[in-house]
Amino acid sequence: MTTLFSPALAARFDKLVGLYPVKRSALVPMLLYAQDEIGYLSDAVIAEVAQRVGISESDVRSVISYYSLLRTHPAGKYNVQVCTNISCMLRGGNEILEHCKKNLGIPNKGVTPDGLFSLEEVECIGACSWAPAAQVNYDFHENLTPDSIDKVLDSYRAQAAPGSKK
Amino acid sequence: MATLTTHPDCVPLISYRFGKGATNIDKYIQLQGYESARKALTMTPDAIIAEMKASNLRGRGGAGFPTGLKWSFVPKQSAKPKYVLVNGDESEPGTCKDRLIFEHDPHAVIEGVIIAALSVQARMGFIYLRGEYRYLLTIMEKAVADAYARGFLGRNIFGSGIDLDVVTQTGAGAYEVGEESALMESLEGKRGIPRIRPPFPAVVGLYGGPTIINNAETIATVPHIFRIGAAAYAKLGTERNGGTRLFCLSGHVNRPGVYELPMGYNLKKMIYEVGGGIPNGKKLKAVVPGGSSTPVLTADEIDIGMDFDQVGKAGSMLGSGGVVVLDETACMVEFALRTMKFYRHESCGWCIPCREGTDWLEKSLIRLHKGGAVDKDIDNIRYLAENMLGRTFCPLGDAAAMPTIAFVKKFRKEFEDHLDGKACPYHHAAALQPALV
Repeated sequence: MTTLFSPALAARFDKLVGLYPVKRSALVPMLLYAQDEIGYLSDAVIAEVAQRVGISESDVRSVISYYSLLRTHPAGKYNVQVCTNISCMLRGGNEILEHCKKNLGIPNKGVTPDGLFSLEEVECIGACSWAPAAQVNYDFHENLTPDSIDKVLDSYRAQAAPGSKK
Repeated sequence: MATLTTHPDCVPLISYRFGKGATNIDKYIQLQGYESARKALTMTPDAIIAEMKASNLRGRGGAGFPTGLKWSFVPKQSAKPKYVLVNGDESEPGTCKDRLIFEHDPHAVIEGVIIAALSVQARMGFIYLRGEYRYLLTIMEKAVADAYARGFLGRNIFGSGIDLDVVTQTGAGAYEVGEESALMESLEGKRGIPRIRPPFPAVVGLYGGPTIINNAETIATVPHIFRIGAAAYAKLGTERNGGTRLFCLSGHVNRPGVYELPMGYNLKKMIYEVGGGIPNGKKLKAVVPGGSSTPVLTADEIDIGMDFDQVGKAGSMLGSGGVVVLDETACMVEFALRTMKFYRHESCGWCIPCREGTDWLEKSLIRLHKGGAVDKDIDNIRYLAENMLGRTFCPLGDAAAMPTIAFVKKFRKEFEDHLDGKACPYHHAAALQPALV
């Protein structure tokens, strides 16, 4: 079959649907891995995943709408997710979020015009003892201060800069 | 990336291999790894369950149900396949302990699955991590692959003639999926909507088969029980509360961190000695003892042992082991609001008391915090919460209602201070405004 995914991911999906007693069990991880590669769950991605799992596209969409990590619109290349839940709030999580808004020049759930960053206020990410914390894509950044989050954001800018190795 | 914090009172049992490179299977084996599984292979299922019962291990996810008893509910004969399911969807605000286990000792989780599977004759196990823990999935997947390569998983494990497959996967962001029946729905590729119980998962669980579902810390503790013996394990804790657990200290303490302490450890000591007390000479105001769902304790209520029974007697719950400390500068209304904002966001919307209740509670708390509320609103908040209790499909409704009732009951004066057009007297409104309102 023609596929939207890289050969490695397509092979992973082929294996994944055979791993469980029912094919559909592979749906949530497939959507997440597809999103990681493509950037978001486009109509074409949804169609292909539905076909691979053997369910309807509307079933797939119903599942997507339930999970907060899954998105049907592009996010920035680096999705900055700042936790403001209780443990982070007590140690300045809201201030970190405000600081990110200023640094990036975008509101909560915004994307920078160059598509490099998006910003999201998120619920507890499991970094309570190292609060305040944020995740950029899947990377944790902990014990944050306004200064240290600036450095974190700069490090991603540097990664994306032309001539950078990454 | 996440590391254990230690204190002289800590007892390294679950954390015995943390920081020792035990993600490497050879290192794990060198540190008594897979000895417990080998031991369990020589035992009958009944003997394994008897050992678990004798350990007095109680579920570390929050409910504190005796693990051995839970396993004993799985019927011996079943037309449908049986499963073992590890709940690593750690999402309770204030809780960050399972992360350490997956990061430092992934084989302990696998070995726990093997022992659990042997106890009920299951042939398949699942390890489900929260979606945000992607780096841990990589670690777990490698550990599982290594265990397969050694013949500890797959066909004829340890040459015993028994087959056991283990699948690892992550969720995709949903607190509700930490609820056991919702987790099974998610694992079946659906929205994480809870199922009505009974029947309980031990009888009708994943794919309709009898299922053991345990928190990741519970499962990772199992091999340690077999390593040191159930009696020795039980003795580490208090009566009916065996062993140790990973406590996550967060909030206003000098040394926040994840510490492994014996069950029954004094909460006051945990905050002042282990955690180094409150920063900047501030006074303690309140403690949430077991994750955001557990009723708050006032500063006068913390001279208690941290086990399920003693915290229960004090009117709260030991919960997930997430101890959140609030100093005198914290606004309880703001804290209640942030807690409710979370539950409103995470309510799956399946049943009305939870869907509507969390929404109205959040609205009322926003109004109160902004200074637009009237006296009656405080009673309404409590009334709404009390009427959610026990009336929802799954415990998420209770998890939202219980702390709210305690906030109003124990800190009513602070709620009243927000009345008559007065904005938050703790001056947090400015910081809160963009994020919450």
